[in-house]
Order: sequence, then structure tokens, then C-alpha cells
Amino acid sequence: MSNDISFSSDFWSWWIIVLTLGNIAFCWWLIVWTMKKRGGEAATGDVTGHTWDESLQEYNNPLPRWWLWLFYITMVFGVVYLLLYPGLGKFPGLLGWTGTGQYEQEMDRAEAQYGPIFAAYASRDIEDLARDSEALQVGQRLFTNYCATCHGADAGGGNGFPRLSDDDWLWGGSPEAIKTSILDGRQGIMPAWGEALGEQGVEEVTAYVLSLNGREADPRLAQAGKARFDTMCVACHGMDGKGNQALGAPNLTNNTWLYGGSPGAVRQSIVQGRRGNMPAHRDFLGEDKAHVLAAYIYSLSQ
Amino acid sequence: MNTQTTYNYKVVRQFAIMTIVWGIVGMLVGVVIAAQLVWPQLNFDLPWLTYSRLRPLHTNAVIFAFGGSALFATSYYVVQRTCQTRLFSDGLAAFTFWGWTAVILLAAISLPLGITSSKEYAELEWPIDLLIAVVWVSYAIVFFGTILKRKVKHLYVANWFYGAFILTVAVLHIVNSAALPVSLTKSYSVYPGAIDAMVQWWYGHNAVGFFLTAGFLGMMYYFVPKQANRPIYSYRLSVVHFWALISTYMWAGPHHLHYTALPDWTQSLGMVFSLILLAPSWGGMINGIMTLSGAWHKLRTDPILKFLIVSLSFYGMSTFEGPMMSIKTVNALSHYTDWTIGHVHAGALGWVAMISIGAIYFLVPKLFGREQMYSLKLIEWHFWMSTIGVVLYIVAMWIAGIMQGLMWRAVNADGTLTYSFVETLQAMYPYYFVRFLGGLIFLLGMFVMAYNVIKTVSGQRAVDAPVPQTA
Repeated sequence: MSNDISFSSDFWSWWIIVLTLGNIAFCWWLIVWTMKKRGGEAATGDVTGHTWDESLQEYNNPLPRWWLWLFYITMVFGVVYLLLYPGLGKFPGLLGWTGTGQYEQEMDRAEAQYGPIFAAYASRDIEDLARDSEALQVGQRLFTNYCATCHGADAGGGNGFPRLSDDDWLWGGSPEAIKTSILDGRQGIMPAWGEALGEQGVEEVTAYVLSLNGREADPRLAQAGKARFDTMCVACHGMDGKGNQALGAPNLTNNTWLYGGSPGAVRQSIVQGRRGNMPAHRDFLGEDKAHVLAAYIYSLSQ
Repeated sequence: MNTQTTYNYKVVRQFAIMTIVWGIVGMLVGVVIAAQLVWPQLNFDLPWLTYSRLRPLHTNAVIFAFGGSALFATSYYVVQRTCQTRLFSDGLAAFTFWGWTAVILLAAISLPLGITSSKEYAELEWPIDLLIAVVWVSYAIVFFGTILKRKVKHLYVANWFYGAFILTVAVLHIVNSAALPVSLTKSYSVYPGAIDAMVQWWYGHNAVGFFLTAGFLGMMYYFVPKQANRPIYSYRLSVVHFWALISTYMWAGPHHLHYTALPDWTQSLGMVFSLILLAPSWGGMINGIMTLSGAWHKLRTDPILKFLIVSLSFYGMSTFEGPMMSIKTVNALSHYTDWTIGHVHAGALGWVAMISIGAIYFLVPKLFGREQMYSLKLIEWHFWMSTIGVVLYIVAMWIAGIMQGLMWRAVNADGTLTYSFVETLQAMYPYYFVRFLGGLIFLLGMFVMAYNVIKTVSGQRAVDAPVPQTA
């Protein structure tokens, strides 16, 4: 963070400078003042002459020399450090060091060292990379660190997080679609239909959706549900319920469920809606790494 | 009983006994969450028993219930005896006991329910914060009132430290807890973003500095020379390290926020003053340990003295470790790892708990009219259990922490991270188990103490010592 914006005026900068140096100077003065011999005080190695609670006394011993040196050294180090680095208010330090600067330097160094490796991968087709075991190892390492938290170490997914190792894709399974999902993220929104459908309507649509997957459902309810589905759900999920990858609307006929396939979970999806969020990684990973990562993920479903 | 001529030991007894009770409770919760890190299913899928809710319960219980009771008990005892006068107000002193007990009980209920301000070491919500403020101000009135009516001219060094601790904790608590309530159980901090983080760690580190250091140094300055029956090593040293300690500690907080959104200059100041803090911190250790010079043989036979002196060794160790960890390059490795947890427990178990235990063993016979504790042998046992427990704990966390730090920063030839987070977690299991074991042994020692104390006080009548007439 730049130092300028944390001070609203020179006053506060000087406030910090005076307090900081004043505190260090105070410690120094304290040592000098305490070491002074005063007339009438007890001799070194003798007790000071005060007694508390019958037996508590204090020796008038000098400050241990090694300890004093330790104290002096830390104070001198402190002042030198504050001359070299930012610390004294707005004064930026003689080295011109900043936290942001160090971060940028380290990132540039990493880019110079590792950038070419990924640039070389990025110049090849994703399908091609998906057959290159070395590239896949790199991709897997990226996946373990950046994707596994949600999608699982084996890409098996979890409740609300799609499985990436099967052939069922919300937003498309082509190499380019996968790469776009990584770079720009995806927002999958299923609106809440509970109020519009009413209790009976929800039961009916639930039954119909289950029946689409060949699951057990009351045929009478399912039949009524179909009528509702055909007016309310088809816009996204399609006439046949097979979904629409342009909208991220899931296929409702293959018994693969993002938010659970139990009647209760299906009902909840209809009543409350669902909100899926795959974050964008363009700024964070960059195109080249996303390219390798896309190849790894693509390879999982091949 | 003629209250004019005796010390008020009643409130000391109450806090002394509760020190042991809260010690057992707080450490038990600690052992439970240590076990949960090894066996996560131990939360039994109950929200009230999840790690996230029990962890603040543990920290609040050991710091404020156990440590706080030890500080209340000893400060009330020490200020009366070294000022040679009864407490300023018996009624207000009793209020601090019952008020503090109410705070602890409210914490024990609200934290497992998930009611939290989410500020570390200050999780309690605003109504409890208000009660704490009232109790603390009452404490200050009792303590400083007693000092004002003292019968001796000079103020003993222990009281400087207790006084600094009481005053500063009042300021810290009030500033850090400033919040806008939205309901009885929810409030929002008045500070925004990075400023809130800075206020939080200004509070957090000074809670360590004044609650867990200055307060317990006050304890040290009374009980070490008393138990050793030797004069304090150096009056001059106590003057320098007192003023240097309380002035430099105030700056150290930002070292908890290295490499964050906090401005660079703030981070530098936090690091510089943490390093300068080393010598003032060690002043207390030197003064305590050197007080024993010429009487080292007492360590062989006196287990209470062992507690006191070994606690000072742990104090010295953790106040060396702290400044080292505040150096930005070291912090880049140690931050967010279990090394920090180990460091805290070197201080909390090794220093705070062990000196408190020593002081309570000193106090209990005197408060109940006995020559000494029921069994010295059991104190000896307790001492070794505590020491072994702390050492297991710290060593396990050193290894775990450094290993975590190194695994987190390891990269492959292509620049990708070598280890995923889960892999680093998996590597921690053996050390988490050793930590659990260390904590368990320490806790068992507390049960030995409880048994010894029960045996000491049962059948005894509470005794209030007379205030000696001033010459």
C-alpha cells in the first residue's frame, strides 16, 4: 500500500515520527537516568533500605552489562531500520522499498522464470496437450491447488460443485468452453419457483422431473407436472428437459444432479432456486496457465 | 470479626479457588479442540461443539477466567499486604468477584451458541462487554483506592505492574470493543477495514503485553522473592524494564499483520518495537531468576519455587521467540502456521499458568490457616506433569509449524506449488496428536492440584490475617 494515502495531513506524519523517536529516546534516557548514582543511596550490592510485607526487599544492583548491550543494539538497529525502510510517517526510507514493489518484483521474477514454460504450452492445441503426459502433470498440479478445494482432488465434484470427470457439462465440454469457464467464470442461476407454483405445483413438477430420469413418481402428479414444466421450465431446460449449455441450465434427464437428486433436494431446487458461482480466474492465473488447466480437465472426460 | 484489623482474604480465597476451577474448565476445552484436530468427528455433528465455537470458548476461559481469576486473587492479596492496609472497599471487591463470574458464565453460554463479535480474544457481544467495563472500573477503584490509603510510603514494584495492567486493559477493552449494536446479540465494529484489523491487533497484542505479561510480572515480583526469601535482584533494573516495557509494548501490534493491507510504515514500526521489546521483557526474567542467586539449592527441595523459576524460563524463551517471529522475513515463514500456536502456549502454559499455579500453592495454605499444602510430593508431581506437558506441546508445534511453512512455500520446476493444502494438513497429524497428549498431561496435572487443594482446605476454617500496626 502506498504510504501517502494513509496520512491525511503532515501533522499525523510528524505525530508518528515524534512519538516513535521520542519513545526510543525515552528508553535511552531511562537507562542513563537510572544508572546515575545519587547521594545517600545504598551501596552497590546492598539492599535499598525499604521493606514491604515484613520481608520484601530490593538490592541496589547495577543493570547487567550484557543486558544493556542487548538493549542498545536493538535500539540502534531500530533507528537504522527506520532510516532505511518506511516507518517514520511519510518518510519513505532511504532504500525506497515498498511492500507493493517487492510483490511486483517477485511476480516479475516468477514470470520471467516460469512464463516461457507456460507460453510454450499455450502455443499448442488443447487436444494436443491433453495427450501430453508432461503437460497433464503440470495441469494436475494446478488443479490440485486451485480447483480441488471445490471440485475435489479427483474432480468428482460435490453438492453444488459439478463433477468434471464425467461427460455431463453445464456450460459445454469443448476445450474452448472449458477454458472460457476457467478464465471468465460462470454464474448459474435457477430462480425460486416456490411461490409461483404453490405447494401442489411444486409436488407435481418434482414428480415430473423425477419421472424424466426414469425414477419412481406418482404418474398422476407427473402428468400434471408436465403441463406446468412446459410453461415455466422449458425456456431454460428445453422441451425435452435436456437443458441448455448456453445458459448453464442442467440436463434434467440423465440422473446426474448438481444439488442432489433425492425428491427433497429436487423439491428444494424448485422452491428456493439455486445460485451457482464459478469465479473468474483470468486475472489470477492468466491465459497460459488456464490453457494447460483446460487441457487437464478436458482429458478427464476423454 | 473485626474488619478494621484484618486483611480482606475472602475475595482472595474466592478468586484463588476459581482459578483452579476455571483452569480445569478452560484447559479441558483446549484438550477437546486439540483432540478434534486429530479426530474431527469429535464434534458429534453438534453446532455447539464445533471447533469454531469451542476455540474462542477455550481462549476466553484460559485467558480471562483462569488467568483473570489468578490476577484478581494475587493482586488483591499483594496490594493489601504491601500497602499494609485492608482493601479500599469490601463491597466493590465482592462485586468484582460476582461480576467477573457472571461474565464468565455468559461467555460459556453465548460462545457455544455462536454469538460472537468475531474479534479475536474479544468475541463477547456488546452487553457482556459493558458488564466487563463496569467490573473492570470497579476493580481499578478497589486497587487504586487501596494504594491511596496505604500505610507505607513507597510503592512496591509488584503494584506498578498490577496498576499498569489494570489501567491499560481498561483502555484496550473500551477502545477495541466500540461497536454499533443492531440487536441484543449482534453488533458491528465502529472501525472500517484495515483500521479495524489494526485496532484489533493493537488490542490483541497488548492483551498479551498487559494482561498476560505485566499482570503476571506483578505476580512474579511478589511471589518469587517471598518464596525464595531473598531480596529482588535489582531495583534499578525493575525501574528501567517497567517503563521501557509499558511504553514499547504499545507499538508491537502490527507484527500480527505483516504482509497485509496494513500500510508499510505501520508494519515496520510493529517490527522495530517488537525487537526493542526484547531487553525490557528479559529485565523481568533476570530480576526474577537472579533473585534466587545464592539460594539455588532451594530449587532442589521446593516444588513451588520450581514452578515460579521454570515459569520465568518459559517467559524468557517466549519473549525471545516473539521478537524473532516479528522480523518480517521470519514472519513470512511462521505466519499462519502452528508455530504461532506453539509460541502462544509457551507463554500461556509455561509462563502464565505455571507462575499462577506456583502463586496459588503459596496462597492456599495462608488463606486457610495451614502451614503448607497437604502434600509437597503431589506439587512435585504436578510440576513435572506441567513441564513435560508444555515441552511436548511446544516441540510438536515447532516441528508442525516450520514444516507447514516450508511445505506451503515449496514450488516445482514449473512454479506450481508442490503441496496442496490438504497434503500439508495430512502431514500435521502426528504432531497434532503429540500436542493433544501434551495438553492432556498438563490438564491431568491440574486435577492433581485440585485434589491437593481439596485435601488442604477441607476441615479448615478460612483465616484472615491481621493487618500489622504501622510503626
